Amino acid sequence: MALPIYASPLERLWHRTRIAICVVIFLFLMAPILIVIPLSFNVEPYFTFTAKMLALDPDGYSLRWYDQLLTLGMQAPEGERDSAWWADAWANAQWVKAAQNSVIIGFWSTILATLLGTLAALGLSRPEMPGRKLITAILLSPMIVPVIITATGLFFFYSNPCSILGPLGPEGGCGRLTSTYIGVILAHATLGIPFVIITVTATLSSFDRSLTRAAASLGASPVRTFFKVQLPLITPGVVSGALFAFVTSFDEVVVVLFIGSHEQQTIPRQMWNGIREQISPSILAVATILVIVSIAMLTVVELLRRRSERLRGVTPQ
Amino acid sequence: MAEILTTADGRPLKAALQAAQARAKRRAFWLVAPLLLFVLLTFVAPIGQMLVRSAHNDGFSAHMPRLTAWFAANPGAADDAAWEALALDLQDSAVAKTSGIVGTRVNYELSGTRSLFTSTARKAKDFAPPYREALLKADKDWDDPALWGVMRQVSQAYSGNFFLAAADLARDADGTIVQVPEDRRVYVNLFVKTFVLAGVITLTCLILAYPVAHLLATLPMRWSNLLMILVLLPFWTSLLVRTTSWMVLLQQQGVINNMMVAAGIIGEDGRIAMMYNQTGTIIAMTHILLPFMILPLYSVMKTIPPSYARAARSLGATSWTTFRRIYLPQTLPGIGAGSLLVFILAVGYYITPALVGGASGQLISNLIAFHMQDSLNWSLAAALAAILLALVLVLYWLYDRLIGIDNLKLG
Amino acid sequence: MKLKTALLATALTSAAFAAQAQTLTVMSWGGAYETSQVEAYNKPFAAAKGLTVNMVAVDNPATPIKAMVEAKNVTVDVADVEYADAIRLCDEGLLEPIDASKLPAAPDGMSAADDFLPGAVTECAVASIVFATVFAYDTTKFPNGPTTMADFFDLTKFPGKRAMRKGAKANLEMALMADGVPASEVYAMLETDAGVDRAFKMLDKIKKDTIWWEAGAQPPQLLADGEVAMTTAYNGRIFAAAVAEGKPFQTVWDGQVYEYDLFVIPKGAPNKDLAMEYIAFATDTQRLADQAKWIAYGPARKSSGALVGKYNDGKTDMAPYMPTSAANLTNALASSYDFWVDRDSELNEKFNAWLVAN
Repeated sequence: MALPIYASPLERLWHRTRIAICVVIFLFLMAPILIVIPLSFNVEPYFTFTAKMLALDPDGYSLRWYDQLLTLGMQAPEGERDSAWWADAWANAQWVKAAQNSVIIGFWSTILATLLGTLAALGLSRPEMPGRKLITAILLSPMIVPVIITATGLFFFYSNPCSILGPLGPEGGCGRLTSTYIGVILAHATLGIPFVIITVTATLSSFDRSLTRAAASLGASPVRTFFKVQLPLITPGVVSGALFAFVTSFDEVVVVLFIGSHEQQTIPRQMWNGIREQISPSILAVATILVIVSIAMLTVVELLRRRSERLRGVTPQ
Repeated sequence: MAEILTTADGRPLKAALQAAQARAKRRAFWLVAPLLLFVLLTFVAPIGQMLVRSAHNDGFSAHMPRLTAWFAANPGAADDAAWEALALDLQDSAVAKTSGIVGTRVNYELSGTRSLFTSTARKAKDFAPPYREALLKADKDWDDPALWGVMRQVSQAYSGNFFLAAADLARDADGTIVQVPEDRRVYVNLFVKTFVLAGVITLTCLILAYPVAHLLATLPMRWSNLLMILVLLPFWTSLLVRTTSWMVLLQQQGVINNMMVAAGIIGEDGRIAMMYNQTGTIIAMTHILLPFMILPLYSVMKTIPPSYARAARSLGATSWTTFRRIYLPQTLPGIGAGSLLVFILAVGYYITPALVGGASGQLISNLIAFHMQDSLNWSLAAALAAILLALVLVLYWLYDRLIGIDNLKLG
Repeated sequence: MKLKTALLATALTSAAFAAQAQTLTVMSWGGAYETSQVEAYNKPFAAAKGLTVNMVAVDNPATPIKAMVEAKNVTVDVADVEYADAIRLCDEGLLEPIDASKLPAAPDGMSAADDFLPGAVTECAVASIVFATVFAYDTTKFPNGPTTMADFFDLTKFPGKRAMRKGAKANLEMALMADGVPASEVYAMLETDAGVDRAFKMLDKIKKDTIWWEAGAQPPQLLADGEVAMTTAYNGRIFAAAVAEGKPFQTVWDGQVYEYDLFVIPKGAPNKDLAMEYIAFATDTQRLADQAKWIAYGPARKSSGALVGKYNDGKTDMAPYMPTSAANLTNALASSYDFWVDRDSELNEKFNAWLVAN
């Protein structure tokens, strides 16, 4: 954004002001994320920087809130940290259990969303697809519809899933999906699907169709063409979509609150309870861990994007 | 005369092409079908079912069968048969413990009547003819014509009453639609407030996003990629994490207030309340939705060739004129896309207002959650959700018309 | 591959744990009150029966019960609710009846029916404690602190933010008492529209400066964070913060509103027989007395009273902190369940409309 040579002094001043404004906005974007990290190491249970912290005194910092993440809810948190202690933490510590739930739910909903979403994106990107506009609108709507509405609808539906069959359904319903893992996984898959479709279609839109035609003319079957030509090229998009879907599930709280129970306690649900009652610094410790997770995810997605651009021959200017 | 073109195996080419086309169509459709079915089953159908619930509540009719039948058969005022039906139904409901459900349903329309049903039901087992006298002895309010009018209304399981309630309207005893008393008008104001707040947030996002997107679009790739991470990282960070950090920042004893006190800008007593009010909601939501504004703006600005601006300048335009007449119009698609997206997302927000909004920063979603989880008036929650859904779908349609949903991009 | 193994391990362990021991789930109010219940009831019960007792914290356990029963999604066995809610839920057929014959007699042989305080055992509920809604303030902000309910509503004499529970119950009573209505006349006054309006007029005075809390653990936190200068709260929470954590909080007993908290079993609870056993166990004389070691709530049995001694730090005498001790009852109000069973939905509706209106 270099200034042209003919810029007047006033324009130069305005230019500098504009850069200063941008710096402030970037600070606004990053401040919340940067603030929690140091505060999660605070020795005191406060949410401000103590004098010791500002003086970079090691005594002002500690890992006690991270330790609390492991011990909260354990049967015998005081004991020696041997294998029995770790087994206790694995089985009983609230945050550890929440993390397990989040991973299990996130994993399966991602698999489901990615599988169905990729197939659909392949279909949608074909020029012959009938009713593309309407179908795309329906498939992307879970991202647009306020999540409270989705959660409300799912709550009623999951209480008696067979009611959807109307008079055809079994007498007295067929159990419930509320407070089940399957229910939460299905719901999270639905919420993650739009992201998979968007990323995969974006990769496919720049996909050179002559490649598949070339493969076909060389005698490859459609299946073989897909696995040998198309899939390798769209893999970065699929993986990015999967990561988006995973993050969507990993971060989702409203649906879990509405249709899950304490058994499906995920990290966001546990955080929600914690924030509403009291923001103890251990919440900040969780937040810090989640920030690190998102940095990792972002890095992977960025690397994939660059790889896919290289593969498709889009060179950065 | 043209000869009909045929394929190698002798079929007319046109037909063969059509068949191939149909096959390709079917193939494409079958790829989409599993997901379409999945989304219809786990998303569209549940929401449709919820919409039905907003117009259907059998809390009265299912538990007061005799009186419901009487209302269906008799249009006039209560006669002895009606009183008998009421008394017997109340007796049954006392045994089945459903008087609370019936009372709750009537109470939605006529406040303060729930206890009439529960308390009368408790005395119902001694009722004997003449029933009118027996009921009036239990509670003289049973003679109220307004009550009978309401009971007639709620005896119909399907009604638009919950939509009326969601618009701060009600039916009076003879069925005319009237506004509810002023101290009970809640929802219209809240819808207006939600839209105003969403508008304010959209505008703040636009003002903050514009210079940043411009900077990103005009810097050399190497730098813009680096700075882009500062936009994408918040985007990828958990919503709850960001809301938590804002709570830490905005509290009265929080980082911002402490810094201002330390810098002497405000006194120890002058700490500013930035949380548990609208300010908190606006600040936190602006931060959370900002990337949704920056990204579409950026992708539009990147495609604008700098030569246009240079040409304008060389023809003598001032930098302000160049911006207003040349640059700004070219970024309009980005402004539209970002603003609509942010507005749609803001209108339905729940988590952030619930945590930092206090009483004044609540949006319509929070009230839907309140009726789902606290007041348990599920039909009203469904009616409010239906109205919100309709508004969002209109915006979604608008987005599709103006920008096209295929152009939605992430990162 | 590693991820797969880890997932499999996770799935297997969780399955193993589900199968390993029976689990009883208790839904309660979270925070310091939950701790007292875990220590006094859950741990000994789990040890005696060889099972796991799970605790679920919510803002008010009465509200999820209806949603659970109506959606046929009951995942808790025992819930801890307020009196008016226990009656109301029972009326609506949402609770299992209580088998009062299972409740153990007092150690001196007095039958459970005589030993419980009046009204503490109902068709569907058994009371465990008496708690009070009081107001408390930060002594560093007001060295010569407020002493009466009226002071809570006086922003000129005691400036600063307030916090109150988000709901009509207790707030309306406190508002009237602050306006000079004697405790004995509060409910008669609230029966009339004029009385309700008078209460809301009083609340209007502090509405602009009030934060509304929902979970019982919030008010002590709001005080500690300096978000508010004064707050209403459940007395035990303030006690826990002041005594256990050494916070400079002072409870004002003038105008307190006290009532029972009761155990109920939601209809269709997964382990309802075990739930009844738990309730019988938790409400025996010793257990109720033990609970008072952890939080300043009075036991609902007469025979437990004598066993209440000191806080678990071994030095704090509990008596002055109890809602039922004579010194704290000079201007106190027993919450009327009769009133709230009937008027709860109506007044809450009014309260919410009032809250949203500007």
